[in-house]
Amino acid sequence: MKIALKNVAKTFQTFRAVRGVSLEIESGELVALLGPSGSGKTTILRMVAGLEYADEGHIFFGEEDATDIPVARRGVGFVFQHYALFPHMTVGENIAFGMKVSKNKRSKAEIEARVGELLRLVKLDGLQGRFPNQISGGQRQRVALARALAVDPKVLLLDEPFGALDANVRRELRRWLREIHSELGITTLFVTHDQEEALDLADRVVILDEGRIVQQGTPEQVTRSPNSSFVMRFLGDTNRLGASVANGMADLGGASIAAPALADGKADAYLRPSDLAWSATGGGIPASVERVLDRPDSRRVIAVTDAGDPLEFDVAPEVVVRAGDRGFVQITRAQLFAAE
Amino acid sequence: MTRRRIIPGLPLSLGITLFYVGLIIALPLGALVFKAASLGPEAYWNIISSERAVASYRVTVLSALAATLFNLVFGLALAWVLVRYSFPGRRLVDAIVDLPFALPTAVAGIALTTLFAPNGWFGGPLLEAGIRVAYTPIGIVIAMAFTSLPFIVRTVQPVLEDLDPALEEAAQSLGGSDVSIFWRVILPILWPALLAGTSLAFARSLGEFGAIIFIAGNQPFSTEITALLAFIRLEEYDYQAAAAIASVMLITAFVMLAVTNLMQARALRYTART
Amino acid sequence: MHHATGRPPRVGDAPAIRRTLIGLVLITGALLILAPLVVIGVQAFSMGVGYFGATIAHPDTRHAIFLTVATALIAVPVNTIFGVAAAWAVTKHDFRGRRFLIVIIEIPFSISPIVAGVAYLFVYGLQGLFGPALQSADIRILFALPGIMLASMFVTAPFVARELIPLMQAQGRDLEEAATSLGASGWRTFFSVTLPNIKWALLYGVVLCNARVMGEFGAVSVVSGNIRGQTNTLPLHIELLYHDYNSVGAFAAASILALLAVVTIIAKVLLERQGAGRRSRPALAAPIVEAKP
Repeated sequence: MKIALKNVAKTFQTFRAVRGVSLEIESGELVALLGPSGSGKTTILRMVAGLEYADEGHIFFGEEDATDIPVARRGVGFVFQHYALFPHMTVGENIAFGMKVSKNKRSKAEIEARVGELLRLVKLDGLQGRFPNQISGGQRQRVALARALAVDPKVLLLDEPFGALDANVRRELRRWLREIHSELGITTLFVTHDQEEALDLADRVVILDEGRIVQQGTPEQVTRSPNSSFVMRFLGDTNRLGASVANGMADLGGASIAAPALADGKADAYLRPSDLAWSATGGGIPASVERVLDRPDSRRVIAVTDAGDPLEFDVAPEVVVRAGDRGFVQITRAQLFAAE
Repeated sequence: MTRRRIIPGLPLSLGITLFYVGLIIALPLGALVFKAASLGPEAYWNIISSERAVASYRVTVLSALAATLFNLVFGLALAWVLVRYSFPGRRLVDAIVDLPFALPTAVAGIALTTLFAPNGWFGGPLLEAGIRVAYTPIGIVIAMAFTSLPFIVRTVQPVLEDLDPALEEAAQSLGGSDVSIFWRVILPILWPALLAGTSLAFARSLGEFGAIIFIAGNQPFSTEITALLAFIRLEEYDYQAAAAIASVMLITAFVMLAVTNLMQARALRYTART
Repeated sequence: MHHATGRPPRVGDAPAIRRTLIGLVLITGALLILAPLVVIGVQAFSMGVGYFGATIAHPDTRHAIFLTVATALIAVPVNTIFGVAAAWAVTKHDFRGRRFLIVIIEIPFSISPIVAGVAYLFVYGLQGLFGPALQSADIRILFALPGIMLASMFVTAPFVARELIPLMQAQGRDLEEAATSLGASGWRTFFSVTLPNIKWALLYGVVLCNARVMGEFGAVSVVSGNIRGQTNTLPLHIELLYHDYNSVGAFAAASILALLAVVTIIAKVLLERQGAGRRSRPALAAPIVEAKP
């Protein structure tokens, strides 16, 4: 089912949570709403679900205007941040709840068969008799998903699906959710504040800030071509260096890079730790090393340029570098934005 | 556009609530205020400032103060013993603390009167020691102390239970003695809860009727509480006086309610922090 | 000093302080709280089981018991419905005046029962708002069962609501939203999702409400008119017997209510073990502690 939001806005008392958001989600797509807290991502998700009503704008499910359809009849599967499993019902009863309250009556055997099928899908066979407080966090998360899928929703909505789980479980569930999505092909929208999660999991990432969409695109598009310094900063560690642009070239005080799209004047260069390289001799920005942090897969160097700007970058484990060394930082890649 | 709601049932539940609050709570209180207001300022003032009325306020407030003060000390000690020490029968004592709430006031009234009457289990020995309890203000204090005891215990107890042992350990590691730790660390944390419980107990004592009238002796000017005076005015068919005196009690109750809510808000803020 | 429990002593753990405090508290508690209960039992049977039985079996006593039970049978269910409705309205929804409504609901708790009784007189009494109209229509509310019920309802109106509101507030709205998103109706959501999670607190409120209704004295004594054998509830009957210098009879009747109080306390303890009551309220709002698989 294709979902479309047209100029949707929502205000809580005086807080403008969502300001005129338009968004299309293709049928079968897996889309992440990514943004810092207060960016309006959860409010958008809840409006798609019908758990909030939009003040302005329209929400379409396919050709149908779903703006005014209450949540009980909207046909969405919603996975709550803290799962909202019914604590007095077993895993099986939780999953069966939506089928039991449905207007299309199903026989007990049908419901049981479907519960069994869903338990297999979420790999929880044999746990249907347990209560939510008798299973682990990761298992609860999967029960919540099975319960949402049990009503054959047109669209699956997940609010910070892995937020309450520790890192290992999170990675495992991420892969598993991706598998379930390709198996069922259901249109899926999820909210997260974790860039890695959004980029790993989604077909398309929608980045929000202060109630507006600032950029959307495939993980490749948003990571390789961020359209603002906000997106650049939000997606990962960055270094910032002041630059001056003249005739399509940006001067960073020792290094210069092509800046064909920028007008002459001041600009900011944003550099990922992997966009920089270290060399004891030769060209680049002169700097001295303050600390070296050894990590399993690389060495993180914390340096300061002679102009006083701090820089962090990674070098291969074999590179010999220690605190107090002087040398040159070379720039392999950079994103340039006009100064704010 | 009508406002749409996610969870259903607001019109029905709010309708029932407002209807009931209106019929059962607001209507009678409104009628009382209306009746008292219709007296006119002069007549109203004459009734509520009459010698007998003022004497009843004095007896009621002083007795309530004494009873509350007693409960402040005893309630804190009881809560402390229940939370900090284990001894045989602790759970039984913990349960029995609620007896004054569960026991109907009239039942408590006749039981206390019988205990403290000159020929009673406690009244006899006390009389020999020269202390008369029944039919004196001391009797009123005892009845008030009995009925309001659980308030202080039950507001202090949870705060004491949640008290982080690390606070005491920190104070001990800094060289504090038990006495100084109690006064400087523990008591300040308990203080808001203690105050909230105290104001609840005091408010309850001011309005208490059933437990008191049996033991009080009910002599005008010396052992007649305000609630009883309102009742007596009714029996004398002096409805204006009853309305005026009851309205004084109502206003006092509202003031106490405001004070209690403020203190409870403070207490909650404190407990949330620890 | 080496401590038996293997940890250093906490403040007030010194044996002298500990023994003194426990001793003082137990003695005072026994004198102030337990002695009244004991004296009721002793007095009730002071003239033998036969006299006790005769008092209980007396038509006036039986009628008083009947009246008390009848009042509870109406007032408790009505207050339960009100309490659930009020808690649902103020915890599952946002509307203007929500906090104010919570304060109003709690008002009867802080008002003297005598004031409540007097207030009802000025609504339904002859000198009250509706008195004359009710008299010409020949409807008796005061000095009759309806007045007793209304006054009892006033006094106990907050009992169920004040148990449910903090609990339902803490539980939040996630469960109801989840049920609704799965297609459940409002009633279905309430009965299969909300109610099972508040049942112990609800029962707790009902038990306390019932004890107060059956024991209410002040408010009822104003509105009942104390007509022997007609409008005397059990607490009023006790007063009547006591003032008739039938102290043993009064205590016999009182022992029924004392028994109710003991049963109430036992029920309270049992319900608190199920998580009801303010002290052991479960923090359902917080994410459930991670269970190791």
